[in-house]
Amino acid sequence: MFKQLLLCVCLCLFVASCKREQRQFSQPPANFKAYDVTMSDIRPGSPGLPQPVQNPSDQRAFDASEGKRLFTQYNCSGCHFNGGGGIGPPLMDEKWIYGENPENIYDTIVEGRPNGMPSFRHKIPDNQVQELVAYVRSMSGQLRKDVAPTRNDSMNARRSEQRTERKTPQRSSPPPQ
Amino acid sequence: MSKRISTTLHTRGRFAALTVALCSASCGGIQNALNPSGPQAENLSRLWWLMFTVCSIVFVLVIVAVLLALRNRTRDSEQAAPMLEPPREQELRRRNVVASAVGITIVILFVFLIVSFMAGRSMTAELANKNGLNIEINGHQWWWEVRYDDVDASNIFTTANEIHIPVGVPVVFSLRASDVIHSFWVPNLSGKKDLIPGKINTIWLQADKPGVYRGQCAEYCGLQHAQMAFWIVAEPQEQFNAWRQNQTQTSVPPSTDSQKRGQQVFLTATCVMCHAINGTTAGSNVGPNLTHIASRNTIAAATLANTREHVRQWIVDSQSVKPGNKMPQNNLGEADLQALVDYLQILK
Repeated sequence: MFKQLLLCVCLCLFVASCKREQRQFSQPPANFKAYDVTMSDIRPGSPGLPQPVQNPSDQRAFDASEGKRLFTQYNCSGCHFNGGGGIGPPLMDEKWIYGENPENIYDTIVEGRPNGMPSFRHKIPDNQVQELVAYVRSMSGQLRKDVAPTRNDSMNARRSEQRTERKTPQRSSPPPQ
Repeated sequence: MSKRISTTLHTRGRFAALTVALCSASCGGIQNALNPSGPQAENLSRLWWLMFTVCSIVFVLVIVAVLLALRNRTRDSEQAAPMLEPPREQELRRRNVVASAVGITIVILFVFLIVSFMAGRSMTAELANKNGLNIEINGHQWWWEVRYDDVDASNIFTTANEIHIPVGVPVVFSLRASDVIHSFWVPNLSGKKDLIPGKINTIWLQADKPGVYRGQCAEYCGLQHAQMAFWIVAEPQEQFNAWRQNQTQTSVPPSTDSQKRGQQVFLTATCVMCHAINGTTAGSNVGPNLTHIASRNTIAAATLANTREHVRQWIVDSQSVKPGNKMPQNNLGEADLQALVDYLQILK
């Protein structure tokens, strides 16, 4: 009886792990939509923040690794380097100037931000922005351990995203210009 | 009964047709190691035919020996008592046969070893002396980046998936990979050589006859490994020079309104993030260089013929053609799409 139970649990675990490697090559329907540009908390209508948005890529290891590839190929690392920051702010620490939620990062990529971050509107397809959002979040350990990329393809002093401990996001203001 | 016979005949006919087709397929072809068109491939095919002939003879001899043994076997009924000690003469004869067979096998294997070693040496030893043409190949999932090297920097250019080479000139390829291990293989012209990330391998080949030869990635490299092919176009020197001259030029500027709009679409949409068109501000090297895309015969690593319809289909939904490739789907409006295809068509 115990053996059968154990077998059942194992099988369930196997099945659950299939989701990690799920790959979606065709563009998913737009279930993760950008907000209008929100530069402040003031908004028309009833008060209260909007519902938090789930980024589907946050659940898929393949998407996070694609985000990692695109981060280099789209030259995000040109300013943010490998997350440590340089010309642009670091992404692997706990400080978030424009918010740490997926929709905030989405906005940052699509709309751009003052003092240097360009807008990638129409330049990066929606699903790839989602992948980038997932990867950016994984850099400070915001993703699940089984989703975050496990190793770097090249020699890198930084630990892989999977081994980065989760940092509690804090609001931060941009450095003085 | 007659039906069964006719079915058997039908099956037999089909089998014969298949055999004939397979045999004839191995005689010609644009991707065939048995149809060598250069010194490297000839070297290999000589080795192959030698091994094939010797092994065939050995195979036939072994089968004949087995059949003879079966025919001459002693039956239980013929011999009442088991033979405890065979006659001395017979024993000696058998021992000689076995010993000489072992000896011949060793000799054959040594000959094979030496011949294949010599073939391998002759294919790689002279690499340093081949100062014809230098081409750098970079393997990507799942296409080939081709960069023609030159002492004169203005003659260096980058193209993809279609390699033109002059006839009768040795060409040295430097092979590297950007993601996983691939393998460079043009059966009609040379053997295989792996493209390994972080390492540069070299191989040389030469085409003695003008023609178009198909190459293929020969190391499993992911989902679309089978669709990672390329063409080698061997042409006379003057023709090659003309092609090369054209490839070093910047892209053709758009002339009609539609083409101009197409260029704007290219430069403001997703295309510009990955592709380069020399002479415009598009300069990324993530995807194939499109400066002379219209001069190529195929697109998507020899997957589709380079027609207007295919280019359009590829831009809109390449994932339905090659699932998993790195090009995203694009939601361009109909007018923008037409203009973009118009523009890409003039990039000769």
